Amino acid sequence: MSAPLKTASRGESVPTGPTVTKRGPGGPGDERGEGVVLNVFSHGFLALWALLIVLPLLWLVLSAFKTDAQIGGSAFGWPENWTLDVFSRAWDKGIGDYFVNTVIVLVFSVPLTMLFGSMAAYVLARYPFRGNRLLYYFFVAGAMFPVFLALVPLFFMVRRLDMLNTYQGLILVYVAYSLPFTVFFMHAFFRTLPTAVFEAAILDGASHTRTFFQVMLPMAKPGLISVGIFNTLGQWNQFILPTVLMQPQSGDDPERYVLTQGLIQLQQQQGYASDLPVLFAGVTIAMIPMLVVYLSFQRQVQAGLTSATLK
Amino acid sequence: MRKGQNRFVAGFLLVPVALYLIFVIWPYIQTFGYSLTDWKGQSQTFSFIGLDNYTALFEDDIFLQAIWHNILFLVFIPVITILLALFFAFMLNAGGRGRAGGVSGVAGSGFYKIVYFFPQVLSLAILAVLFGAVYRSDSGGMLNGFLMRLGLVDENSPVEWLNEPNYVLWALILVVVWHGVGFYLVLFSAAMQAIPRDIYEAALIDGAGRAHTFFRITLPLLWDSVQTAWVYLGIAAMDMFILVSTMTAGEYGGGPDHHSEVMATVMMRNFLLYGRSGYACAMGVVMLLLTLIVSVVMLRATRRERVEF
Repeated sequence: MSAPLKTASRGESVPTGPTVTKRGPGGPGDERGEGVVLNVFSHGFLALWALLIVLPLLWLVLSAFKTDAQIGGSAFGWPENWTLDVFSRAWDKGIGDYFVNTVIVLVFSVPLTMLFGSMAAYVLARYPFRGNRLLYYFFVAGAMFPVFLALVPLFFMVRRLDMLNTYQGLILVYVAYSLPFTVFFMHAFFRTLPTAVFEAAILDGASHTRTFFQVMLPMAKPGLISVGIFNTLGQWNQFILPTVLMQPQSGDDPERYVLTQGLIQLQQQQGYASDLPVLFAGVTIAMIPMLVVYLSFQRQVQAGLTSATLK
Repeated sequence: MRKGQNRFVAGFLLVPVALYLIFVIWPYIQTFGYSLTDWKGQSQTFSFIGLDNYTALFEDDIFLQAIWHNILFLVFIPVITILLALFFAFMLNAGGRGRAGGVSGVAGSGFYKIVYFFPQVLSLAILAVLFGAVYRSDSGGMLNGFLMRLGLVDENSPVEWLNEPNYVLWALILVVVWHGVGFYLVLFSAAMQAIPRDIYEAALIDGAGRAHTFFRITLPLLWDSVQTAWVYLGIAAMDMFILVSTMTAGEYGGGPDHHSEVMATVMMRNFLLYGRSGYACAMGVVMLLLTLIVSVVMLRATRRERVEF
């Protein structure tokens, strides 16, 4: 972004002051008419889209503070129930458990994805051996197939391993399905790292493993951050894999639903239970971590997802 | 050294390759085999029935209807999303005419980029709940409430957005577009930033207006990104499982009366509800074939002479 915020709006472009000298060639006078109409139109449209993004979200959060009757009444009523009580109710109704389940899975699955993905990518990028190219394409090919192709056998595979409805089952599956992209991306990254540093480390007597962990991996940090963001968002928002692998439980077994499943579950329950504020509070709770992460790292998130797609 | 190196390579590859084989590649391969059986899933007994599942598929009206809906999504979702994203990206990166004579974004473009991208970090499950509330079929729904205020919808007969066969697909398309525009805007922005400023400035000197600049300079230089976006959106349009299964009526969605059915929902219902595993596998194979065809066709259709700069 090249300082678009500092750019003066069109109205100021005909000053008689010293700024005139700063004006470049092709003074804008010749296309003023077109400019003004376009500006009103485009600014209006830009602002409208921003409102279309923000208003539904604000409306949703505000709905958490309404009563059920108010929610069913008019869409534009102002909430009267300004208590945080509904949030703790939503937490107790299951959002808390689903939240914790998701965090437990991701605490393991994201680092493991990064570790195994980087290891495979590093070896494939920097060590020539027989079958190297074949193995690389073997990894990359996985990104092209729709996950639906694998679902039925995957379910029975995980069941045979006795890992249905367990954290470790979902963690391993998340890691496996994140590998194609992670290997693909990190492979490109490791190839660009200078060979001289690697040789220096080996000459100094470092083992291959040590060179990887202490020299090469730290140098690949920018790439790791991009892929890390991509994997975190992807796994946090994953829905299809847990739908198949974290089945509803009967009896004493605890539900191992993750947050995305839990929200849908809550939507169905609260529709019947006539306690919609709990649902909206639950969604707000699910939204906040993502909002905080995004607003604090928005540059990296945008850059990470963009490069992730373009590579 | 050499021996140690081989052992190192093997050691580093062991776990990733094993995981990938067990959970990704092997199930992919198995699907083809199971799709030729009448496996019901619960027992381990099944018999080989050849292509019967596939012939049954093409007589399954619900699945055929689902394919048709996927095709509709495939046409409308990429077109609408890409057009909006291109328009916004151009406004935010080259729409302004700065005092310094250069070309830059309109005022406030940094703010817009942050806000527009936000839906992208929300999970589709959150979107499902959010738009479920927006599309509520009474005056409490945001859309109905708004249209009632404007007097466009009668207070006593609100629109059932998600239960009206004529509206349900459009209601879903709107959600996907709302979700995607910000991401593709940022994608196109990144590509636009890579275009050298002096090309724009030269065009400006030659008296090119904004429309001209866009069609003659920006779009041709952006074609690679548009192509990428096209393929990604096409693949997303072949899926649509989460939104359809959670927002529309019926077990695993697809309602009203199969008017919003997509291939993925039919497949999941057959697998998880009816236990028809072999049949579901055949659907998975058909989805793979259609996805591959779509990717190839889209890449071909958008192929252009590559412009270097």
